[in-house]
Amino acid sequence: KMSAPGGNKSTNSEAWGSFDDNLIQGGGSAVIDMENMDDTSGSSFEDMGEMHQRMKEEEEVTEEAAATEEGEDGEFLGMKGFRGQLGRQVADEVWQAGKRQASKAFNLYANIDILRPYFDVEPVQVRNRLIESLIPVRMINFPQKIAGELYGPLMLVFTLVAILLHGMKTSGTVIREGTLMGTAIGTCFGYWLGVASFIYFLAYLSNAQITMLQMLSLLGYGLFSHCLVLFITYNVHFHSLFYILWLVIGGLSTLRMVAALISRTVGQTPRLLLCGTLAALHMLFLLYLHFTYHKIVEGILDTLEGPNVPPIQRVARDLPAMSATLVNATVKSIGATLQSH
Amino acid sequence: AKMAEVNESNKPLFAGLSDVSISEDIPVEGEITVPVGSPIQDDEYSTLDEPVKETIMRDLKAVGKKFVHVLYPKKSSALLRDWDLWGPLLLCVTLALMLQGGSADSKDDGGPQFAEVFVIIWFGSVIITLNSKLLGGTISFFQSLCVLGYCIMPLTVAMIVCRLVLLGNSGNIGFIVRFIVVFASFGWSTFASTAFLADSQPPNRKALVVYPVFLFYFVISWMILTFSPS
Repeated sequence: KMSAPGGNKSTNSEAWGSFDDNLIQGGGSAVIDMENMDDTSGSSFEDMGEMHQRMKEEEEVTEEAAATEEGEDGEFLGMKGFRGQLGRQVADEVWQAGKRQASKAFNLYANIDILRPYFDVEPVQVRNRLIESLIPVRMINFPQKIAGELYGPLMLVFTLVAILLHGMKTSGTVIREGTLMGTAIGTCFGYWLGVASFIYFLAYLSNAQITMLQMLSLLGYGLFSHCLVLFITYNVHFHSLFYILWLVIGGLSTLRMVAALISRTVGQTPRLLLCGTLAALHMLFLLYLHFTYHKIVEGILDTLEGPNVPPIQRVARDLPAMSATLVNATVKSIGATLQSH
Repeated sequence: AKMAEVNESNKPLFAGLSDVSISEDIPVEGEITVPVGSPIQDDEYSTLDEPVKETIMRDLKAVGKKFVHVLYPKKSSALLRDWDLWGPLLLCVTLALMLQGGSADSKDDGGPQFAEVFVIIWFGSVIITLNSKLLGGTISFFQSLCVLGYCIMPLTVAMIVCRLVLLGNSGNIGFIVRFIVVFASFGWSTFASTAFLADSQPPNRKALVVYPVFLFYFVISWMILTFSPS
């Protein structure tokens, strides 16, 4: 396997004679390159290992990578001749980096194939799982089945983004140094990925039998309740309605997640820790989303100054008895957890 | 031996040269063919020496033809066969510019910025495309982008109508008219893109592919509906 620049040189070799020979020695493909390295520095085991690895990698790299490689090799022809060992080392490093990027670009399609099993669902299955996400199962002695699937969660997160955008627009939220879209996407994906990994970390600490994939799926389907509640309450502005929906729908989906987690954990303290954290985070997130991006209805301006104010600036709006509600929520969710034992 | 390998592997590179000279000390192995005559395809006439105007007009004509296909979706494969991204770019820029218009002077009203609309449209279509690939669709990446981009056209038309309505009447009647127009074009967009994309999907999963498309056009049409020049 040889690259273009070297090839052109060898066609002209009569005209350029010895100078050209040098160039052929110095440049060209990686294989020849490595041979040279062995000649000059003596072949150590390290070199051999590296060479072997590189040759193996080279086989994997596709035509795209080959294209980049060619260009770079041409560039480094002169450099290697003049600076010897150092130049060669730098060139090697740059070449490696270039190749890594090229193969990364190529791997995009390969990655799609890796992800494909997680998207292997039927519409009926998705519908059933959406419904099941609101039905807590009272079976905590035997590990509950959690489907490892990402289509539903991903679509729910995007739906939540759209609903949040709607809420932000109607509430006249102004975000400086950022767009509404970016904030909505950041909030939703941040919650989904962040909380899932946090709970997974806790689960790992407390020896719960759950994989990251199952955690993502569980939490993702848990967002169905958020979508429902927020979609209704961003359009129908009754505080009492929100609290009822928050407790009933949000509570149901939280209970369902908590039950699934409990069934896969052993011991009182780990259960309490895991489920308390998850329940609190899940319920509070719904509260936060509702009150942060809710339309001003009553005109009472009562800004909450506290730990729940994110670093973004926004206009003040009604937040009736927010802090009291937060405390209540925490107490209730902890209570719910305790009861479900 | 190394040199021989080098030479052999380089064979295609100097296939076009008739006076190849190889030094005597390099053993040459394998067959070397020098094709005589240039393999230029004459069935597609050269576009290098035609006037620029003609080139642009031809491309615009192709884009225009695809617009017609979107407006009258009859499962034709023209949109899929020779895809281009000029039409989507044109539509996307038009839409973003018109949504931008009102909020250019006042900074605080949170109207959709040009970049926001642009990013929503392109990232949205990329995500839909990836999703359809993940679900096992057989459509290529750019074909899908092309279809989704062209199917924004009804919404762009709706945006123009909305701006015209807003010029005349911004009261309740105006809103109702705008709502009807936007809703109709939303349905149209979804229907047209589904008509083009559905064939490439496994039949039992069409609903899963259509849902993100629906969401995508819904967000765009909702942005159009709530747009009001300040």
